[in-house]
Amino acid sequence: MIARSGASAPTRLSRSERNRDRRGSVNAKAPAHRGDAKLAWLFIAPALIGFLVFAAYPTLRGIYLSFTDFKVLTPPTWIGLDNFVELLGDDVFWSSLLVTVYFVVLSVALGLTLSIITAVVLHRLTASTVVRGLIILPFLISGVVAATVWSWMLDTQLGIINIALEQLTGQSIQFLTSRAWAIPSIALISVWKSLGYTAIIIFAGLQTIPPTIYEAGRIDGANEFQMFRRLTLPLLRPILALVVVLNVIGAFQVFDIVQVATKGGPANASNVLQMYIYSKAFGQFDFGYASAMSLALFAVLIVITFLQMRLLRASESDTN
Amino acid sequence: MTTTATPIPVTPTPAEPAATATATVRRPSRRRFSVGRAAAWTYIVIVLIVTIFPFYWILRTALSNNYALITDPASLVPTGFTLGAFQRVLGLATPEQAIAEGGSGASIEIGHFLLNSVIYATLSTVFIVFFSALAAYAFARLRWRGRELMFSLFLTALMVPGILTLLPNFVLVKELGLLNTFAGMILPTALFSAFNIFFLRQFMLGLSTETEEAALIDGAGRIRVFFRITLPMSSGPIITLSILGFITAWNDYFWPLLVTSDDSVQPLTLALAVFKQSSPQSAPDWAGLMAATLVAALPMLVLFIVFGKRIVNSIGFTGIK
Repeated sequence: MIARSGASAPTRLSRSERNRDRRGSVNAKAPAHRGDAKLAWLFIAPALIGFLVFAAYPTLRGIYLSFTDFKVLTPPTWIGLDNFVELLGDDVFWSSLLVTVYFVVLSVALGLTLSIITAVVLHRLTASTVVRGLIILPFLISGVVAATVWSWMLDTQLGIINIALEQLTGQSIQFLTSRAWAIPSIALISVWKSLGYTAIIIFAGLQTIPPTIYEAGRIDGANEFQMFRRLTLPLLRPILALVVVLNVIGAFQVFDIVQVATKGGPANASNVLQMYIYSKAFGQFDFGYASAMSLALFAVLIVITFLQMRLLRASESDTN
Repeated sequence: MTTTATPIPVTPTPAEPAATATATVRRPSRRRFSVGRAAAWTYIVIVLIVTIFPFYWILRTALSNNYALITDPASLVPTGFTLGAFQRVLGLATPEQAIAEGGSGASIEIGHFLLNSVIYATLSTVFIVFFSALAAYAFARLRWRGRELMFSLFLTALMVPGILTLLPNFVLVKELGLLNTFAGMILPTALFSAFNIFFLRQFMLGLSTETEEAALIDGAGRIRVFFRITLPMSSGPIITLSILGFITAWNDYFWPLLVTSDDSVQPLTLALAVFKQSSPQSAPDWAGLMAATLVAALPMLVLFIVFGKRIVNSIGFTGIK
C-alpha cells in the first residue's frame, strides 16, 4: 500500500533524481509526484460514481420522466407536455404552490428576523457557550419529534398553549385543525426548530467583524440602531445571503413537520408542494405527474435563487 | 479561499492570555446596568424558555398517566406519576395493560429501531466523509489532467435540490432491488457530497505543504501521506462534517420513508411517526407518544451533552466558510 505510487512507475528513479524533479515543479500547492494522475482518479472514483449514478443520471431521468406517463408498474410512455398542461389546470397544484409560498415567506421572514435579533443580542451580551448551546437544542431533534411535541402543546382541548390562552384571553385557537392557523402553526414549529441554528451561523459571522469598526462608529456619534443598520447589516450581507438562500430552498421542501402535524389538512390548507408530490407519487403512483411537479418546483427554486442573488447584489451596490 | 492555514488545534500561544486580559479589563465598563442590557437579557431568557419548555413538556407528559392528563392538563409537574408510558413504548406492557392506560395496544420495539438508526446514521456519515476526503485530497493536492473540469462538474451538483432527484432515485433503488435494505437507504448519499468535497478541499488547500513534502522526500507514498498526514491534519473539519452529517442522517425522514416499507431496516423517525398514527384519534395516547418522542430524541441529547460546544462551533464554522 505504501509503495503503491512508486511501484506503478515504469522505472524507479533514485531519491536524488526524484527530489530534483520535485524542486523543479511550478505548483507549490501540489508538488508533482509519480503516479499522481492515476491515484487522483482512484481517489475521486467513489465520488464520481456517486455523482453519475445518484445525482447526474437521476436529474436527467427526472426531467425525462416528467414528459412521460409513468405509473411505476408499467414502463414510462412519452406524452410530451401533457403533464405540464394538466398541471396548469390542477387547482390543487396551484393551491399547494400558494400554500408553500405562504409558508416560505412566513417562516423565512419570521425566522430570519428572530435569528438576527438573537445573534446580535448573544453577541452583545458576550453570552456563554452554554446559552448558545441551549438555543440549538431544537436543531438536533428530528422534524418528526418537533412536530409531535408541538401538536401536543397546540392541541385544542388539552394543549398547554391553548389552556394558557384561555386563561389569558378566554379564547382558544384551533392551531392545527383550522384553515387559517394550519400554516402559521407549521411555520411556528419550523422557526422554533431552526432559530438557534440560523442564529449561531449569524453569530459566527458577527464575531468576524472587528470591534474597531464599532469604536469608529461610536466616535462618529452613531447610536446603536444606526450602527446596526449601517455597519452590522452590510458587513453581514454575505452570510445573510447564504442563510436566506438556504432557508428558502429548505422551506420550499418542508415535509416531515407537515406530514406529522397536519397531513396537509384541513382541506388542503397545509398541503405544501412536497406533500402533494409525495401523495401523487406514492398515493396514486403517478410518477410522471409527480416528476413534472418536481421539475416545476425546481424551476421555481432556480428563479427565486437567481432573483435573491440579484436583489442582494443590487442592494449591496446601493449602500456602497 | 482559506487564507488562514491553521492546521489542527494548536497549543495556546503566549499572545492568548494577554488578549483575554485586555478583554477583562475592558469588560467592566461595558457591563454597567442599562435598559438595553436588561431588555437584551429579558429577550434571551424568553428565547431560552421557549426553546427548552417543549423538552420539559415531553418529559412531564411522558411521566404522566394518560387518563390523569385529561383531568389536569395544565399541571406543570407529571400528573399521576407513572412509568407506564415508557413501558408501553418499550413493549414491556401487555396490550391489555397498554389499552387500560390509554394506549392503542401498539408498541415500538425501540431497541430494534434504535439499532437501525445507529447503523443508518453511522454508515452514511463514515462513508460520505471518507469518500469526500479522498476526493478533496485529489482536488487539493494532486496534479492531474481534468482536475478543474471534474471539480466544476461536481460543483454543479450543489445547484440541484433534492426534490428533482428524489423520485428518480427511488425508481433506481427499486430497479436495483434495494428497497427495504440499508444499502438502498445509504447508497444515494454515501458516495458523493459536493458540499463536503468543496468544504474539505478548501481546508486542504490551506494546509502547509512542508510536512507532506518532507514525507514524500523520505519515500512515503501518496496514500501513506493521505492517511498519516493530511487526514489527521484535517481532523477539525472532518469532525465538523461528521457531527453535522450524523445529525442530518439520524433525523432523516423523507428518504427512509420512500425506500422502506417494513420495519426490518426502518429508523426511529419512521417508527415514531407510525406510532403517532396508530395512537387513537379520539383520545390520543399523549403520554405514550411523549415517552416515544423522548426515547427518539435521547441519543441526540446525549450527543449534545458530550459534544455541545463542538456542535455549536461546527455550525458557526460551516456558515462562515
